[in-house]
Amino acid sequence: MTGAALPRRPGLRERLARRGLDGTTLLVLPAALAILALFVFPFIEGLVLSFLPKQGGPLANYAKFFGDPYLWKTIPTTLGIAIPATLANIALSVPVALRVRRMKRQRLLTTILVIPITLGTVLVAEGLLNYLGPQGWLNRTLMALHLIDRPVRLVHNYWGVLWSLVIAGFPFTFLLTLSYVSGIDPNLERAAATLGAGPRARFRTVLLPLMASGLAITFCLSFVQAFAVYPSAVLVGAPAGSTRVISIAAFQAAYETYDDSLASSIAMIMAAIQLVIVVLVLAGRSLFYRGPAGGGKG
Amino acid sequence: MTQSRTSILDRIWILAVWTFVGFFILNLAAIVGAVAVNSVATRWLGTWLPKAYTWHWYADAWSEFQLGNILTVTFEVVGAVVLLSGLLGVPAAYALSRRDFPGKKAVMLLFLLPLLVPPMTIGIPLATVLYRLGLGGTIWGVILANLVPSLPFVILITIPFIDQIDQRVEQAARVFGANTLRLFTHVLVPLLTPGILAALLLVLVRTIAMFELTFLTSGPTSQTLVVALYYAVSAAGVRAGQSVDAMAMIYMVTTLVWLVIALRFVNPTQIVGRQAAARD
Amino acid sequence: MAIHSKDFRTLRLDGVQRDFGAFNALKGISLTIARGEFVALLGPSGCGKSTALNCVAGLLPLTGGTISLDDTRIDTLSPEDRGFGMVFQNYALFPHMSVARNVGFGLAMRNEPRAQIAEKVAEALRLVRLEGQADKLPGQLSGGQQQRVAIARAIVVAPPLVMMDEPLSNLDAKLRLEMRAEIRRIHAHLGSATIYVTHDQDEALSLADRIVVMRQGEVRQVGTPEDLYTRPATVDVAEFMGFRNMLPATMAGAGSGTRARVTVDGAACEGTPVGPLAPGAVTLAIRPEDLRPQDDGPLAARVDQVEYRGRAFFGIATTPGGTALHFRAPSRVAPGTALRFGADPDRILIYGGAA
Ligand SMILES: Nc1ncnc2c1ncn2[C@@H]1O[C@H](COP(=O)(O)OP(=O)(O)OP(=O)(O)O)[C@@H](O)[C@H]1O
Ligand SMILES: [Mg+2]
Repeated sequence: MTGAALPRRPGLRERLARRGLDGTTLLVLPAALAILALFVFPFIEGLVLSFLPKQGGPLANYAKFFGDPYLWKTIPTTLGIAIPATLANIALSVPVALRVRRMKRQRLLTTILVIPITLGTVLVAEGLLNYLGPQGWLNRTLMALHLIDRPVRLVHNYWGVLWSLVIAGFPFTFLLTLSYVSGIDPNLERAAATLGAGPRARFRTVLLPLMASGLAITFCLSFVQAFAVYPSAVLVGAPAGSTRVISIAAFQAAYETYDDSLASSIAMIMAAIQLVIVVLVLAGRSLFYRGPAGGGKG
Repeated sequence: MTQSRTSILDRIWILAVWTFVGFFILNLAAIVGAVAVNSVATRWLGTWLPKAYTWHWYADAWSEFQLGNILTVTFEVVGAVVLLSGLLGVPAAYALSRRDFPGKKAVMLLFLLPLLVPPMTIGIPLATVLYRLGLGGTIWGVILANLVPSLPFVILITIPFIDQIDQRVEQAARVFGANTLRLFTHVLVPLLTPGILAALLLVLVRTIAMFELTFLTSGPTSQTLVVALYYAVSAAGVRAGQSVDAMAMIYMVTTLVWLVIALRFVNPTQIVGRQAAARD
Repeated sequence: MAIHSKDFRTLRLDGVQRDFGAFNALKGISLTIARGEFVALLGPSGCGKSTALNCVAGLLPLTGGTISLDDTRIDTLSPEDRGFGMVFQNYALFPHMSVARNVGFGLAMRNEPRAQIAEKVAEALRLVRLEGQADKLPGQLSGGQQQRVAIARAIVVAPPLVMMDEPLSNLDAKLRLEMRAEIRRIHAHLGSATIYVTHDQDEALSLADRIVVMRQGEVRQVGTPEDLYTRPATVDVAEFMGFRNMLPATMAGAGSGTRARVTVDGAACEGTPVGPLAPGAVTLAIRPEDLRPQDDGPLAARVDQVEYRGRAFFGIATTPGGTALHFRAPSRVAPGTALRFGADPDRILIYGGAA
């Protein structure tokens, strides 16, 4: 501290730099502050606000949500749409990705499939209203084929929302799955083949274990998207009935009854449910191999 | 693998997979096609195709929905979001790629979370805070809200690009006397241009289509195209369906033009996210 | 129909062709390999070695020709039904399985009882000297260890034929020499046939019973290491086998015994013809280590540079005609010195045609 004869203690700057904290590191600050202010802070605010209901004790909002079937039933409704949609998307993506991986010219297909993701759910919903409507091309085709004799109702119900989640969700799931599957060294499968493993055995012993962890993450990301479904639930679903999902309840609380506190509680409940599902899936993932899917050095 | 001899079962399986893909693409085309056809139909009821065609719904939609204003707002919002997320995100990505500091894991998690939480969940508390600050319903509110997913996205996409740049190039520049700012402008930005361009184009495409956050934070004067489209579709019956579809087409073209540009620089899989970054 | 029998006499490739679009990667390869033989496929990068190996393994379908084991055609069988062992260039170990499960994979696919698998795996790991590593994941092993796991995995099923695709190319020089010896030892122990792909002639010479030299999708020469080293059949093969001096010359007539006389750079010398020679232009092939300064040597040249390589000096000299000579010298020679060079006529090979 004092004596000039003592070996000089490195300055603060030097000590920080040794731990990796220097001017360059500070470049991360503006972005981190922005996310803290725009994401973490509102989230905490929302959490606090959810315990400050318009009337009643701190837990009144949560009590209200879980006491009112009109509100809590949105949870099973949402899960009833999101889980089948996510599982269907994954079940369809895996075989397609396993085929497409062998193609040299994947670009055209991936480009076509990225279009619905880019256009977003609102446009897909509007397209579905036209296409699946009573006078739409699909009903016409089915009638022309004499499969039905009167238009079937395909939108403004549960199935409308499910279709829209598959149309927008399958490409998303597929592209993620493809990126995982492409990471698996094709030589591993060849090696398994020379050792006597047939196609099914190769899938079971090599591909599936190496894909499992990627599929878990794909499931989480796809599920989170489907769980928060809003525009299609309103536009092609039955927003007052079979597709009254939890986002609709949250939106109504915020913008129709202007109960910010209740709306925040619902948002927190949504976050909690997503968190639970994600944690469950990722915990399952730890049962599988998670390292790189390459076959060796080089 | 078994090229030498494909069994019948294998063939049926392969056929089934491709049939599904074909069926999916056919439906996709029909969905987009139905919107396109309706937008140029005079009247389309009870037939395969309309009886006559017209362009006038486009003019109608333009004036009815005040698309001029909406497009201006859309591009102001998108431009600001792209600029801000680039300015904040690229330096942060640089620091995260080059330095190992205590708490780096936590910072990475901080940038990952906004991508994992769906916009509807964060949008409601964020809108509450923005309204309390007087930013709700303004264009600034919309821009700030859109930064929540865009900024982390830029960071996570740019990190692998920076990882690829040999650190010795930078050390050489330092040896020849470049300070941090010059290092950025003379060495890194030129080397990183493809990566930054890719990240920003992706943010651009995603921001045009970002519905939930804009929907929750925008007001009458700060609607973007996708939100205006939502209102038009949900108020169907008030206006002619063709005019709504004309607007949908304008939205579609606006988005797809940028998508086509973006796809010149990036791989389609990157639009859904950079997995290497999100993996662990 | 899986072939698990260890007893076969010959593996025969008959006019095997493989095209990639318009490109012929293999232009009709014919080759017979006997049981217990160690055959090296040698050739420059891109000549089709891996393609040939993959065709034998069943990983690539043929576009022409047949492959048969004794009298059974096997080229239509899928790889899992051939029962061969293969060591991949990058090992292709299953990253999610322990060493023991990797090695036992082939046995498990053959539905062998667990106890028997455990026993055979332990035996195979002992053979490649990896006892005690059984429970590690491949990612936790060094390159040389991974390599040995790959070998163990291929041989544990006692395949009639083991194929190895440049298995040593990723290893450092010392490990490479050690592994060479191990591979030879394992081959002897198993008594199966081995096809070994490499582009390193030292490796091929030291390991193989027979060497198959390939170039541009064709077999150029098949022979014992001694044959190839001393008597390459064509100029191409000679060049690949280290004959760096290719000198244009003209036939001058018969020499003593089987030798021929030629004129090179205006001087007369004798050499050993390879194949029939016609009058006119010929090419002399001489290894640098055989070309030495000699007072009465036929070739005059001026030394350009000399470098020390351990036991001897090697250098380059230029003849008045402008031809570069790679030579060996017992002691240092100063650049600029004018010298005469010559070689033992047995070590000068004469090929028909211009170089
Ligand atoms: N899938 C393919 N499509 C087109 N051409 C190919 C394909 N695989 C190999 N080739 C071509 O076939 C030729 C032979 O390739 P191969 O892999 O057998 O070479 P190699 O002798 O093993 O070379 P190396 O020593 O570099 O491994 C090369 O010219 C290569 O470009
Ligand atoms: Mg090869």
